[in-house]
Amino acid sequence: MQEVLNKKNVEKRILAPRESRDTIGRINVSNPRMICRDVNVYYGDKQAIRNVSIDIGCNEVLAMIGPSGCGKSTFLRCLNRMNDTIDNCRVTGEILFDDKDIYDSSIDVVPLRAQIGMVFQKPNPFPKTIYENVAWAPRIHGIIESKSDADEIVETSLQKAGLWGEVKDRLDQPGNGLSGGQQQRLCIARAIAVSPEVILMDEPCSALDPIATAKIEDLIEELRTQYTIAIVTHSMQQASRVSQRTAFFHLGDLIEVGATEAIFTKPSHQLTEDYITGRYG
Amino acid sequence: MIKSTKKSVVGSSASSGRIKAIDIVNKGLKRRYRKEKRFRLYGMLSILASVAFLAFLLTSIVFNGYSAFLQTYIKLDVPLEAGMIDKQEPGRSDFQGIIKSAIRSYYPEVTERQDKRELYALFSSGAAFQLRDTVLSNPPEEGTTLSLWVLADDDVDMLMKGHMKRDVPEGSRRLNDKQLRWIERLEADKRVEKRFNTTFFSAGDSREPELAGIWGAVKGSIYTMLVTLALSFPIGICAAVYLEEFAPKNLATDFIEVNINNLAAVPSIVFGLLGLAVFLNFFGMPRSTPLVGGIVLMLMTLPTIIIASRAALKAVPPSIREAALGVGSSKLQVVASHVLPLALPGMLTGTIIGMAQALGETAPLLMIGMVAFIVDIPGGFTDPAAVMPVQIYLWADSPERAFVERTSAAIMVLLAFLISMNAVAVVMRKRFERRW
Ligand SMILES: Nc1ncnc2c1ncn2[C@@H]1O[C@H](COP(=O)(O)OP(=O)(O)OP(=O)(O)O)[C@@H](O)[C@H]1O
Ligand SMILES: [Mg+2]
Repeated sequence: MQEVLNKKNVEKRILAPRESRDTIGRINVSNPRMICRDVNVYYGDKQAIRNVSIDIGCNEVLAMIGPSGCGKSTFLRCLNRMNDTIDNCRVTGEILFDDKDIYDSSIDVVPLRAQIGMVFQKPNPFPKTIYENVAWAPRIHGIIESKSDADEIVETSLQKAGLWGEVKDRLDQPGNGLSGGQQQRLCIARAIAVSPEVILMDEPCSALDPIATAKIEDLIEELRTQYTIAIVTHSMQQASRVSQRTAFFHLGDLIEVGATEAIFTKPSHQLTEDYITGRYG
Repeated sequence: MIKSTKKSVVGSSASSGRIKAIDIVNKGLKRRYRKEKRFRLYGMLSILASVAFLAFLLTSIVFNGYSAFLQTYIKLDVPLEAGMIDKQEPGRSDFQGIIKSAIRSYYPEVTERQDKRELYALFSSGAAFQLRDTVLSNPPEEGTTLSLWVLADDDVDMLMKGHMKRDVPEGSRRLNDKQLRWIERLEADKRVEKRFNTTFFSAGDSREPELAGIWGAVKGSIYTMLVTLALSFPIGICAAVYLEEFAPKNLATDFIEVNINNLAAVPSIVFGLLGLAVFLNFFGMPRSTPLVGGIVLMLMTLPTIIIASRAALKAVPPSIREAALGVGSSKLQVVASHVLPLALPGMLTGTIIGMAQALGETAPLLMIGMVAFIVDIPGGFTDPAAVMPVQIYLWADSPERAFVERTSAAIMVLLAFLISMNAVAVVMRKRFERRW
């Protein structure tokens, strides 16, 4: 009986609304591409993200880590307003892109999402040919006009995604016929075909084998020279390999942020240390 | 019962010291397989039963109706004497009279007025029209004798097809003994023949069974279905897409959804009342026309199409929408390029069901005057017309024996129409179904 009561109390403590915890580490960078301040996200009455403030620098890879359900995907989806598609989702705070708040009513989400592309956790190619998967988005944006433009953009995008060699002879075949890893790279090719400035990746390698993962990590390293990348990952190794800065989330709070090396060698917060050493998670 | 076996399993394993899950599984296995076998048996039985009913229905229709595809003709020699055909306007000659005199010349012994009338009754009143058509299309020289196969009256037709017995007392058949003898003479001269019934497939309705055809109703159905399809398919799909993809989820849309579901269950005659009140009385549209019939049936099929289309849209994986939104497409582009192509086969299925319903519907058409005796074959959307189920209903209601077989034949035509309509839809669905 006593045990049950105790357990209830612990649950209450965890689930009860509480003061947001301050973030440890430098949240700002010298040349930010996106600036987030006091971002709160609610699903109905339930708060999923609490007072998160962080900058994402130009040409940097920001890794977001944290236990399952802590709000990494939720925060990532705020950055290109994909949360708009969820009915009861509400976002407050400021997210600046090009000095404009993307949640401002004057902002049009269509061009915004063309500039801030997204790669989803689960590969989701269009049910069309490989060629169409890549060419569709540039075509609707009017980036390409002729067939030769399209051919060129398909080839360069697939090359950047490291998929060209494997699919160049079967461009007219369905995208769903590729293997999981190839599909994920196809989705990356699709995202970069519209030349976005920021790419958001939600656990892009969670379903991939080590070889495909390595290919995608190489790709991220290469893409960094031109794009700004925010990546959610459950793999500490991956975070330390690909990112320059790392942010640790816990139960909707941004606990700690800093240079990846620093986070992984001498974390400041106890929770961060517990998580990256595998004691918690 | 089950409880006791369970107990014994646990008890026995407890006595042997170890409880093995697989023992419990094995024990229950037989019962599970028995259950499965029983279920399969039920399934097979119900399929068998429905196949049997369907077969019975179809055979009885075919058995009753196949003879309507044949029609009795009588060979009549028509002497064309001078002055019989009007020189200036051949179309206005007295063809009825010419036929009658031809009949009289074949039966010179018949002189009584009453007898003559009974004699003429063996031939269809359509014979005069046949003669007229022959004369007009190919004007014969005066003094020649035309040898013409003319329609027999429906009573003669029934006699030839065996639906009327010759050996019953005179009072209980529609042809008297004298008429029978006249017919026997025709038969002896090999002047009676059953031929393919082209009239049935080319004429409109008629009071005379041998002159009645289904073509007017087929055309009426075609026009009505065209109106229904042209209105309900685009409206239904637009409504479904809007409700599913664009409309905010609030009380108003919930209310609309509930109402659409309710409308699908409303008795169809109510739509007829609505059509009468709104389209005929308020807008003053012409009665008995495919236009109004099509609109009323559109109202009836819309809920079906909307519900099926929404289900098809719901079945499109949301990840496809997210993918398209993620590269910065507008909502309309997402729907048009990715969602609609995937949902279209399901939408077409709903449309097929709705159209099939509409094709067989009579009740709402009753209210807008489409259950009327219409002889002319409709030439457009605003001509008075009957539709096939209405025609079947009208014939089924007629007392003449010859209409019984025509009713069944009309049902066959309706079924053939339905099957070909569905075949077109299935082919179209197959073409769109190339989902990857
Ligand atoms: N559509 C939604 N409606 C309501 N609650 C949601 C919704 N999506 C996420 N949540 C809740 O918000 C919290 C954060 O979810 P989120 O998906 O961001 O977690 P995550 O950090 O990405 O986890 P994971 O690593 O497992 O992907 C969770 O508690 C989750 O239950
Ligand atoms: Mg996630």
